[in-house]
Amino acid sequence: MLTLNKATIRFGGLTAVSAFDLAIGSEELVGLIGPNGAGKTTIFNLITGVYQPTSGTIEFNGQSLVGSKPHRITACGIARTFQNIRLFPSFTVFDNVRAAFHLRLCCDLRHALWRGRGFSAEEKEIAAGVFELLEIFHLGKLCDVPAKGLSYGDQRRVEIVRALATRPKLLLLDEPAAGMNPSEKHELMQLIQFIKDRFHISILLVEHDMQVVMGICRKIAVLDYGVKIAEGTPAEIRANPKVIEAYLGQEAKSQNAGN
Amino acid sequence: MTEFLQQLINGLAFGSILALIALGYTMVYGILRFINFAHGDVFMIGAFAGFYLAPRVAALVPMPSILGGLIVMAGSMAICAILGILIERIAYRPLRRGTKLAVLITSIGVSLFLEYAGQKFFGAAPRRFPALIPSYSIENIGGLSVSSNQIIVLGVTLALLIVLRFIVQKTKIGTAMRALSFNPEAASLMGINTDVVISFTFGLGSALAAAGGILFAILYPAIDPLMGIMPGLKAFCAAVLGGIGNLPGAALGGVIIGTVEIFVAGSKYSTYRDAIAFAILILILLVKPSGLLGKKDIEKV
Amino acid sequence: MIFNRPKSLLLAAIALCFVVSLFENHIQSYWLYVSYDIAVNIILAVSLNLINGYTGQFSLGHAGFMAVGGYTAAVISNQFSGSNPVLAAAIFLAALIAGGLLAAAGGLLVGLPTLRLRGDYLAIVTLGFGEIIRVIIQNMDAIGGARGYSVIHGWTNFFWAFGIAAVTIYVVVALVHSTYGRGFIAVHDDEIAASAVGINPTKYKVTAFVIGAFFAGIAGGLYAHSKQYLTPDGFGFMKSIEIVVMVILGGMGNTPGVVLAAILLTLLPEGLRTLGDVEHVPGISAEYPLGWIANTRMIIYSLLLIVLMLTRPQGLFTRQSARKNPKIA
Ligand SMILES: Nc1ncnc2c1ncn2[C@@H]1O[C@H](COP(=O)(O)OP(=O)(O)OP(=O)(O)O)[C@@H](O)[C@H]1O
Ligand SMILES: [Mg+2]
Repeated sequence: MLTLNKATIRFGGLTAVSAFDLAIGSEELVGLIGPNGAGKTTIFNLITGVYQPTSGTIEFNGQSLVGSKPHRITACGIARTFQNIRLFPSFTVFDNVRAAFHLRLCCDLRHALWRGRGFSAEEKEIAAGVFELLEIFHLGKLCDVPAKGLSYGDQRRVEIVRALATRPKLLLLDEPAAGMNPSEKHELMQLIQFIKDRFHISILLVEHDMQVVMGICRKIAVLDYGVKIAEGTPAEIRANPKVIEAYLGQEAKSQNAGN
Repeated sequence: MTEFLQQLINGLAFGSILALIALGYTMVYGILRFINFAHGDVFMIGAFAGFYLAPRVAALVPMPSILGGLIVMAGSMAICAILGILIERIAYRPLRRGTKLAVLITSIGVSLFLEYAGQKFFGAAPRRFPALIPSYSIENIGGLSVSSNQIIVLGVTLALLIVLRFIVQKTKIGTAMRALSFNPEAASLMGINTDVVISFTFGLGSALAAAGGILFAILYPAIDPLMGIMPGLKAFCAAVLGGIGNLPGAALGGVIIGTVEIFVAGSKYSTYRDAIAFAILILILLVKPSGLLGKKDIEKV
Repeated sequence: MIFNRPKSLLLAAIALCFVVSLFENHIQSYWLYVSYDIAVNIILAVSLNLINGYTGQFSLGHAGFMAVGGYTAAVISNQFSGSNPVLAAAIFLAALIAGGLLAAAGGLLVGLPTLRLRGDYLAIVTLGFGEIIRVIIQNMDAIGGARGYSVIHGWTNFFWAFGIAAVTIYVVVALVHSTYGRGFIAVHDDEIAASAVGINPTKYKVTAFVIGAFFAGIAGGLYAHSKQYLTPDGFGFMKSIEIVVMVILGGMGNTPGVVLAAILLTLLPEGLRTLGDVEHVPGISAEYPLGWIANTRMIIYSLLLIVLMLTRPQGLFTRQSARKNPKIA
């Protein structure tokens, strides 16, 4: 479904991602891991059109995404969350999700001004859609809470719901478990599985927490200094010496330091 | 050709004054990231400070003279430095943690206050600025006529730019200024006293504006309380044109805008001169949205 | 939701304006003209609020759009010399709309190239556009240039002024209270997140500029037919600043607050001026004892601006607490 071919981006002298290849099939759950600054978020930004690749191709269902504006890419069926949560701070939870119904909107400016029957019908339909979605994730009771008044975990979940509201075929999650405690992480793993099964979509997951990634992804790609150093099943990744060197080794070190 | 050179000299003189004002905008922006709308009016106060100081200085040293001129200018710079520091202390500092918009509005308030208070206390009608320095016209250097005033304007500006460069690059407080504009949080963690540096920046910028005001009044000796508005706006254009926050950029922007404006003023399109600064700015920003020497900052996502 | 039956509310407001305009002869003409100023400023501030407050595009060139609309409407209406009131009304409306459309074209012209610019850069460029418009008008002899331009018809009355103010408020409020219109605020809140949910920020920014400029143009037309004399300097950047101040004091993106601020800030200098005409104050022997207030009213105005901003930086009418303590339904 999504294919990156030799995707490369340079910021000045720094090659943040170099010749990165990745293929994601439909209803696949792929993990993308790597130490801090490896270029994971940059890959998300390349896919979603926030940055343009210096070279290489990115295709989604056979259609090139290079050169498209982010909102066009969302319209193609790719939605994302952000590492540093980006909800609309002045909106309530309801409005945050409602904003993501934008792509399905038939009404435009004229309808909003005339406020005829078609307009009210569509607004009602959207409101119902938002409630339904929020209820699926048990967020219905937070409906009228301003986004900036939410707990951290709820913010993350609302952001995922908002992304789903654009009806994506591929969902990109950037470190959804960051800042969560073990039991929340466990819930999150179930949630991600649930999303994949219920909405029949593919998910690309960037996550530092090994347990989360290894627990739910069947395919994992490992990035280090912008270069893909390994790809395979969790078992293969765990056994790969390069990965241990680059990533697990580092984590082990930091764990030792922590103890 | 002589015509061209003549205009070039006139333009450089005017442009260097804009550059002096632009430096104040850019320094404040570099550190606090907001447009200090009152800066053009500090320039006006600088000219009026000179206007009121001149007769008092004349009682001590003979005027017009180089020494007298320098004393008046230094006095006016000191007055405006204090004014700038006071403005920041009273109207901007309480809002430092607030939104930039709120500060923008208080700066507009300060600007209006200086203009209206100026009209009330100095009178709304233009006043004649006294001669501070002996003025000669040096004719016929290859057909050019250069006034000694123009040379003085260029010379003083150059000297001030060198002093400013020295302060910013070589002194401790200058280093602190640069650190603060680079990363305010890290700077204050490193033990830099943010308040002091910000006060210093306002003082320095306002002193430069005052110098600009005196030089402006020497070249165009009719001063009034609203005289700061247009030069202020144009200097602000200059600062943005050069890449706001960038000191050499502000000086460059001032010289470019001033020179082009004088050329237009000398052509048959002279009635469009007040639009020139903006037209240049818009054209350049369309090609280079961060200004001539400004760094492009990509938002991290 | 005060906005349950918006269309009926708008019609009622317009009808009310019409009824009041029937009694215009009974209102002292000074205050009548002040009321036109209020309506014009409401239109300007509410329309600028769509650009600055809701969409977050800091524009400092609103007076330029007002100038385009004012001069256009005046040129059109000056061609007319008849006494048929119905025809006059039709021509007035057409002239206002034409002015609005030309100003909207100006908004498109400013909106498109400035999309790449952010924050302060956008502010100075819009300010620049406004000044360029002013200088161009100064150089157009056909409309009086720097000398100014007389407008023959004093057609602006309470009905037109406040009816159009009501329409402006309706348009802005109706827009932002729709799923479509939430896009303006989303773009303001976080442009990157907005585009990530499929909102096209470019389209919204340009739309905001065009609609805002359209109403500024209409306000210009009303102003022209109330003052009956236009000068390019009346549309300088000080006028733009005045409108921005109304928006910020009212609270960015808070339409009722902005309307109130427009009313207050129009009345303030007038009120201070009339204080100067008070002949006697008990206990003070001098004649016109409050004359100093009238003389220093602009100084008072500027000081008030500073003090208000220092004490209520979020705007006069924005409740901060409402945001801090979310209601959990
Ligand atoms: N806009 C930018 N300009 C310059 N350099 C950038 C930019 N965005 C990212 N980088 C650099 O690219 C590299 C990769 O960054 P990226 O954010 O993709 O890492 P990451 O793998 O997501 O790290 P983390 O685990 O910390 O989120 C880093 O060195 C970063 O500094
Ligand atoms: Mg990252």
